[in-house]
Amino acid sequence: MGGAGHETVARAREPARRDIGMLKRTDRIAFWVFAAATAVALSFLVFIISFVFVRGIPRVTWSFLTERPRDMGRAGGILPSIVGTIALTGLALLIGTPLGVATAVYLTEYTREGMSSRVIRFGAESLAGVPSIIFGLFGFLFFVIFLGFGWSILSGGLTLALMILPTIIRTSEEAIRAVPREYREISLSLGASRWQTVVHVVLPAALPGVITGVMLSLGRAVGETAAVIFTAGSSLRLPGSIMDPVRTLPVHFYVLAREGISMANAYGTATVLLATVLLIEIAANILIARFSGHAGRG
Amino acid sequence: MQGGGDGVFRMIRYSDFNYSYGAVCALRSLNLEIGKNELFTVMGPTGSGKTTMLRCLNRLNDVVPSGRHSGSLYLDGVDVYDPRVDVTVLRRRVGMVFALPAVLPTSIFENVAYGPRRAGERSKAALSETVERSLTAAALWEEVKDRLGERAETLSGGQQQRLALARVLALGPDVILLDEPTSGLDPISTLRIEDLLRELSRQYTIVLATHNPQQAARVGSRVGFLMLGELVEVAEAGDMFTRPRDPRTEAFVSGRLG
Amino acid sequence: MSYRKEGSPFWRTTVSSGRVRSQGRTANERVVERVLFCCALTAVSALALITAFIFAEGMPELGRTGPARFVFGTTWSPSRGMFGVLPMIAGSVAVTLAALLMGVPVAVACAVFLAEMAPPRAGVLLKALVELLSAVPSVVYGFVGLTTLVPLIREWTGAPGFSVLAASVVLAIMVMPTITSVSYESLKAVPGSYRDGVAALGGTRWQAIRMVVLPAARSGIVAGIILGIGRCLGETMAVLMVAGNAPVIPTSLLSPVRTLTSGIALEMGYASGRHREALFGTAVVLFAMIAALNLLTRYVASKGAVFGGRRRPRDGSAGA
Repeated sequence: MGGAGHETVARAREPARRDIGMLKRTDRIAFWVFAAATAVALSFLVFIISFVFVRGIPRVTWSFLTERPRDMGRAGGILPSIVGTIALTGLALLIGTPLGVATAVYLTEYTREGMSSRVIRFGAESLAGVPSIIFGLFGFLFFVIFLGFGWSILSGGLTLALMILPTIIRTSEEAIRAVPREYREISLSLGASRWQTVVHVVLPAALPGVITGVMLSLGRAVGETAAVIFTAGSSLRLPGSIMDPVRTLPVHFYVLAREGISMANAYGTATVLLATVLLIEIAANILIARFSGHAGRG
Repeated sequence: MQGGGDGVFRMIRYSDFNYSYGAVCALRSLNLEIGKNELFTVMGPTGSGKTTMLRCLNRLNDVVPSGRHSGSLYLDGVDVYDPRVDVTVLRRRVGMVFALPAVLPTSIFENVAYGPRRAGERSKAALSETVERSLTAAALWEEVKDRLGERAETLSGGQQQRLALARVLALGPDVILLDEPTSGLDPISTLRIEDLLRELSRQYTIVLATHNPQQAARVGSRVGFLMLGELVEVAEAGDMFTRPRDPRTEAFVSGRLG
Repeated sequence: MSYRKEGSPFWRTTVSSGRVRSQGRTANERVVERVLFCCALTAVSALALITAFIFAEGMPELGRTGPARFVFGTTWSPSRGMFGVLPMIAGSVAVTLAALLMGVPVAVACAVFLAEMAPPRAGVLLKALVELLSAVPSVVYGFVGLTTLVPLIREWTGAPGFSVLAASVVLAIMVMPTITSVSYESLKAVPGSYRDGVAALGGTRWQAIRMVVLPAARSGIVAGIILGIGRCLGETMAVLMVAGNAPVIPTSLLSPVRTLTSGIALEMGYASGRHREALFGTAVVLFAMIAALNLLTRYVASKGAVFGGRRRPRDGSAGA
């Protein structure tokens, strides 16, 4: 019926008869008010980035990146934290990506909407809402203690993998659903099995979207603190295996800043951390723009 | 064998075949025989069941959750809905060309090599040979031989449809199904495809679905008119358009319907 | 050459012609499906495991103190063995509400500007910039808040500065990109014909936004706000650094405050025995609040679908 549409449009007509000049003025005022809100939001971004970078960039030298910390981080560099962050997030992606993509493939290609897909979606959506500190506590109870992995890259990586799983599932599912149905039909009609169709047609076509999701997850994992601090430990030593504890960049930054060990090194660490996540996010955004540009070609 | 006593080898036989999507009946008690190396045209308005008729033959309709069939459908004497049938093998024997856009988002070469590769062909030489032979048979080789690595989307609509044919031919099928292959094509490309189909029908059984009676008149040796899931009339193309037996056929061919 | 089996060619059991390997393919398909299904169960199993482990560790203390006394107790004093989490619940609720009051108007206004008013290309670019805010790690937010906002509040008011106000300002900035992004998408989903309908009747752009576009996008905006509530309740590090962390029910915007999350993070490092179990009990309370919020999201989403169906004029032209 569209009753609501008719009504609101009719209401819109009423004042239009009265004072066009005033309406134009209201329109202009609304524009500037809303533009100001946007400016406020963006000014926070500019402020935070410049605040950290101005104080941190002088500290970020080659030796800061490649040396081990000395004296609890008062001097020296942040190499173990960089290595630890890469190891931890790398492991999380290594575990989370296949599981997430497989889930998305199962939901889109192997099952119809029904009981099992509802349960799986419920799990993914609920997991997305679980606060990171709960992930941290769970990782501590389950991986660190129950499975006996201790504070280690393994425990932290597994915890982060579960944390990023919902994002990877959601973005992969969107990307896979955007693959035209025709591609699947052509592939099947040429005698390809369902799995061959997934591997050779669907996933390649969905790849940019999947990678975008993985990168967004990576950005989140790199900056995560609460889930990591209880599972990966806080060691300043260079890790030798995945059973070793590490102190990731955000944790190192937190410890330096909170305990007032070295503000200069804290800003330096924050600069490296912030630059990393911003670069990842920007790269993901460029990919999204490219991807949606291509989507025009059905 | 389904060869029958009249000396014509029957490649396809629909026998009291019904197909429905949920409560919607798409094909009702279809009885039809199509001979080996025949070029058969199914015409009918949109939604008449042409596509369903084709997609049952290669079981592509299996992916539709609500789809149900009853009756039998034989291909080369074998019931395609027999539980022992491997649909991937069936589909290599029953190729299909779709309406545009109908290329995979990859190179021209890989489009043609797709079927053989999925069937397990690894040899680069054998693939190259198959690709060249198939593209030649689809009258596309001369136009694309220097640009096999380019993306298939760069081809014109007519070229894309010939590529789709080459892709099917690469599997050495018995039957080629074409579902509105010329919709969206310009008249010259359309004629070119139609010529190609007549040529190919010497070696392959071809079933062409079209909503366009003129195309049926131009192409088909034998034409079936399908409407609302019912096969109204089957006749030689000449008879169908000059002396339609059913008033609905007459209405359709004279452009008053559909 | 043909890529098919000879003989009675499409039985599965037929011997293949050397290079064709389709035997056992159907069996493989089944294995693939099983494996994918198992992978797909990871998320829901993880959820079940998380629930089980957190509850198993947290419930004993809830039982010992009594659920009501645990949830509504106003004294949190591990040294005296008193575990009441009401101050933390109040703290979480207070900073969340204050953050939403500040964040939602700006976030929604920002979404409206980006989706409806800015030139399309600029809108997309600016939206990407706003979303960059969500990439900033929460420790960085907390630290910037700690070094700029807290002293500022101290200077202006004479209070210590670590307060509900500081925590909620930081949270407001943190949740803004989430709310903006979800609202933006739902505004973009409103059919262009709605706006054209108003324009055809001589309405201004602002009238179209206020009377047609915003009401149509309402359920999406609400979903974004609920998502924001979840982020506020769950945020740990940033709040921890600026809130002051005193376990008392806040009485004003300038009171120091401890949230459920910061309470856990603060004491987990050294807690043991009953104290540790009480912290897991706190996690149970947090978990329950998030679960309730999830149910609310589902309810709003299902409602939104119904509204959406009714609101959309069938002719798609908004009665123009």
